[in-house]
Amino acid sequence: MKTVNVNIVTPDGPVYESAVEMVSTKAQSGELGILAGHIPMVAPLEIGAVRLKKEGRTDLVAVTGGFLEVRPEQVTILAQAAEPATEIDIDRAKEARQRAESLLQAKQDNVDFKRAELALRRAMNRIDVYENRM
Amino acid sequence: MASLRDIKNRITSTKKTSQITKAMEMVSASKLSRAEDNAKSFNPYMNKIQEVVASIATGAKDASHPMLSTRPVKKTAYLVITSDRGLAGAYNSNVIRSAMNAINSRHSSKDEYVILAVGRVGRDFFAKRGMNIIDSIIGLPDQPSFADIKEITGKAVGMYADEAFDELYMYYNHFVSAISQEVTEKKVLPLTDVAAETGGMTSYEFEPSPEAILEVLLPQYAESLIYGALLDGKASEHAARMTAMKSATDNAKELIDSLSLSYNRARQAAITQEITEIVGGAAALED
Repeated sequence: MKTVNVNIVTPDGPVYESAVEMVSTKAQSGELGILAGHIPMVAPLEIGAVRLKKEGRTDLVAVTGGFLEVRPEQVTILAQAAEPATEIDIDRAKEARQRAESLLQAKQDNVDFKRAELALRRAMNRIDVYENRM
Repeated sequence: MASLRDIKNRITSTKKTSQITKAMEMVSASKLSRAEDNAKSFNPYMNKIQEVVASIATGAKDASHPMLSTRPVKKTAYLVITSDRGLAGAYNSNVIRSAMNAINSRHSSKDEYVILAVGRVGRDFFAKRGMNIIDSIIGLPDQPSFADIKEITGKAVGMYADEAFDELYMYYNHFVSAISQEVTEKKVLPLTDVAAETGGMTSYEFEPSPEAILEVLLPQYAESLIYGALLDGKASEHAARMTAMKSATDNAKELIDSLSLSYNRARQAAITQEITEIVGGAAALED
């Protein structure tokens, strides 16, 4: 099967680089699946997992605040933060989830709810990705 | 003339100081190489985001965004990047001086501008002069990751969007080489020159629309401009500190040399005097 090169880049450096058969992820306008030869496209991504299918297995990368740039033989994902499933620190993610949950439940005036909610979504995403890594 | 013991004390204390400066020099050298690596690994992200922003800005001319258009300036924000600690030569004073010059020549009253201070030195300087600091960040690690500075970049970009200020300038030391850093002024917002920096053009399909993408992309772009400047500033800081500590070590060595010379002279003088006294005494006994 034809493959397409995928790069996942964050401000702290490249995170993932490989030739894959299919990229699928959730953009803000809905689920997207991209194969080799796709027309050039740009789309912002949701906080979620990027699934990279190659040679019968699927790599998962948790992505936050990113967007996707597609060219016929090259897919680039620019994200503020990205972690491959194998490198996620599950304890830290669970801690972050707990912190965000308790912030949300505290119902105090000085809590920035939007930020706490985003933090919760990021933590949940990392936990999800970690648990589905196989 | 100072006594033998005084000189000896000064030599010892200067030696101790030079050991410290030497150690700081080596620490800064290793931090500098890490900072350079960081800046290098940030480059692919910056280049890519620049490329996409440029191609959207030129490809979709009708797509407009508040961050792209200039509006009447009522308030200007200055983001000044300094270090938390001193002992870095002219690193901080250079950047502060150039920011002050700009502020003094552009504004006549304190209501026309606000300061975003990065680093303790800058914050204290502006606070002491009663300038309006709307945000400051201190205690940045030596190798800042994007998550560390997300707060200040997000805030700066958000405040621009809320029209708390109408343009944003950045002052930082640009890293040229280990021995030379250049104070740089950069206009971050509004993003006026994105289209000028275009390279290879690709016409993209936008999903869902160019406007929606600019909405996500431009704040990220502005944030990464600031992050890039911070990394640059950090590298310069370590380089400046390294150079400053190197010259401090060299000066200490020179001082020790001249002190040992006067120590030896004084010692020799004391010996000569003793001999003269003994000879004089012996001569007096012989008579």
